[in-house]
Amino acid sequence: MSLYRAELRRLVLRRLTRWATVLGLAVLATVAVGVFLSNQKIDDAARAKAQVAAEQYWQQQVRQTEELRAECEQAAARGDQSDRFPPDCSQISPPPRDVYPAEQYLPTTFDFRASFGQTLMALAGILALVGFVVGSSFVGAEWNTGGMMTMLLWRPKRVTVLLTKLAALLTGLLALAVTTTVLWFGSFWLIATTRGSTEGMTAGAWQSFALAGLRGVVLALVAAALGFGLASLGRHTAMALGGAVGVVVVGQVGLGVLLDLIEAKFIAAWLLPTYVQAWVEKEVVLQDWQLCQRNPFGPCEPETLTLTWQHSSGLLVVGLVLILGGACWAIRRRDIS
Amino acid sequence: MTAVLEIEGLQKSYRSRRRGTRNALDGFDMRVEAGQVHGFLGPNGSGKTTTLRTLLGLIRPDGGRMRLLDHEVPADLSAVAGQVGAIVESPQFFPHFTARETLSLLATAGQVRSTRIDEVLELVGLRDRSRERVKTYSLGMKQRLAVASALLKDPRLLILDEPANGLDPGGIREMRALMRNLAEAGTTVLLSSHILAEIQLICDSVTIISLGRRVAFGPVEKVLAAHSAGTVRVRLEAVADLPEAGEALTRAGFRVTREPDHLLLEGVEEAAMVTRLLAGQGLYVSELVWVDADLESVFLELTATAPAPGQSRQVDQSARPAMVGQRSAGGWGA
Ligand SMILES: Nc1ncnc2c1ncn2[C@@H]1O[C@H](COP(=O)(O)OP(=O)(O)O)[C@@H](O)[C@H]1O
Ligand SMILES: [Mg+2]
Repeated sequence: MSLYRAELRRLVLRRLTRWATVLGLAVLATVAVGVFLSNQKIDDAARAKAQVAAEQYWQQQVRQTEELRAECEQAAARGDQSDRFPPDCSQISPPPRDVYPAEQYLPTTFDFRASFGQTLMALAGILALVGFVVGSSFVGAEWNTGGMMTMLLWRPKRVTVLLTKLAALLTGLLALAVTTTVLWFGSFWLIATTRGSTEGMTAGAWQSFALAGLRGVVLALVAAALGFGLASLGRHTAMALGGAVGVVVVGQVGLGVLLDLIEAKFIAAWLLPTYVQAWVEKEVVLQDWQLCQRNPFGPCEPETLTLTWQHSSGLLVVGLVLILGGACWAIRRRDIS
Repeated sequence: MTAVLEIEGLQKSYRSRRRGTRNALDGFDMRVEAGQVHGFLGPNGSGKTTTLRTLLGLIRPDGGRMRLLDHEVPADLSAVAGQVGAIVESPQFFPHFTARETLSLLATAGQVRSTRIDEVLELVGLRDRSRERVKTYSLGMKQRLAVASALLKDPRLLILDEPANGLDPGGIREMRALMRNLAEAGTTVLLSSHILAEIQLICDSVTIISLGRRVAFGPVEKVLAAHSAGTVRVRLEAVADLPEAGEALTRAGFRVTREPDHLLLEGVEEAAMVTRLLAGQGLYVSELVWVDADLESVFLELTATAPAPGQSRQVDQSARPAMVGQRSAGGWGA
């Protein structure tokens, strides 16, 4: 317990923890402010303005169509056979009025029920990034500077030391992620009330958002634990960060290109970000249009593949077990020098 | 006398895919009695740090037995860790923390009362600089912080790996006084060093290691006495004749060390042999005395790491302990 308290204090004292937190929060605040500024509340005046704009646009289209038909008839009278115009000029008819609904001419507005779910993905992504960086440097810097060795001179039970450190990291990150998520819900609720609408928020909708937020928090914790495990395995922060960049850039981009070349189905199903998205957004439906391309006649129904958060959870659990298990095994077995 | 530290037949080899195996410790033995300041001497790369790391559970031995404060280690290390303060090979601290933060994190983790932090900062002379970041410290100040961290537990056994590293002369003298005080207060101190004068001044007993084996051990005077036999200092009437005399004696099989105004001869059985030989060359001895070896010459002899003129010695060129064992017979051998 005393070790846990010391590690928690170390986590909070570290500059990188503070900087990563501030930076993450700054990015999230920027997103929220951007959303706030680019949306507007729809009132009667805005609706009337949109009505006028739609009407104007439609009339402009009608005028243009009539001019075109006039040109077509003139050409027909001249006996022009060019295929600039259809053979029967009456085919050129003005669009009906309802092609231009007034809603399309409304300013953008923030509909909480429709749009909040996507912002949760951004929140989870940033929290996971902060978690990974803080997690990997928390143990990586200790290995680099020999702090780990000093600690083991005080507490010789290596696995206990490592796991206590991890527990302190996860506690700190949980506090950060939960607070941030609550603030995120609050900010966007505020944005929706002032710059959009909060209609249709049934209990079911709330529950689904709350669960998505929770999965985002879990994602951040998993990312922190993975960063922690990798840095402990490599005994260096740079190993974890380098490894992650390596996997993401070389592995994923390379894999994507390769799968594209061999025309594999559902390429996205092989890419990690898809699973992250499926985890936060509950499911991702992948479409494959290749069959349509081979059959140019008739309507095209793409093949679909649904990845759910359960699929992702399997992946996360396997990753966690492998990397944390490996880190525990390595710290037990390997010499510390 | 009770032993606080016992090592028997310790083996450790480092394996590397490229360079094969390296026997860092090759059946090493050691015994440290309670309440002493014990010197642990050896040339660079002889296995001092490896021994201490193994003892403290940082690396896994390949064979041998170790006991610390009446507990088998590494099995029972947790039981004794709180009573053993150690620094191993210039320890590093997290550069952005202050000395006080560093010590306070350790104190929390080790359940040491926080007033102890001020006591140890005072002891190592860092009181007024304790709120500065470790990054801004000089090597000697970091070393002091390391000693402070080892003292934090108020240990029964204090293990210091080359603590004089980076210390100024004043610092070295303070460290010496600190260790003496600790020993008088009942702490056992194990001090690894290659600075021999240092060890000779403050240690009650020594262990000398060469290429991973013990080559001599025991109270300092006894080790000195056992190895000082056969060394004489020779002065000639004319200093200019020293080179010639040196060559003649070397040819005759003595080990000769040239000093500016005299020669030191080792392996002398009878002084008369030297005078007769030199007189035969027309060289006249003005002074011939038996000298007590200092620890340095014993060390150089035992580990065979004395510099030879015109050669640069490589780090692993030390005596094979088996070879040395014959010469250092009489109880001190490996
Ligand atoms: N981690 C390691 N890997 C491989 N060889 C090592 C390692 N640590 C030490 N050695 C080798 O073991 C021998 C003893 O080293 P060490 O115990 O550090 O010597 P000392 O502290 O007496 O100077 C040296 O030859 C050194 O090169
Ligand atoms: Mg060393």
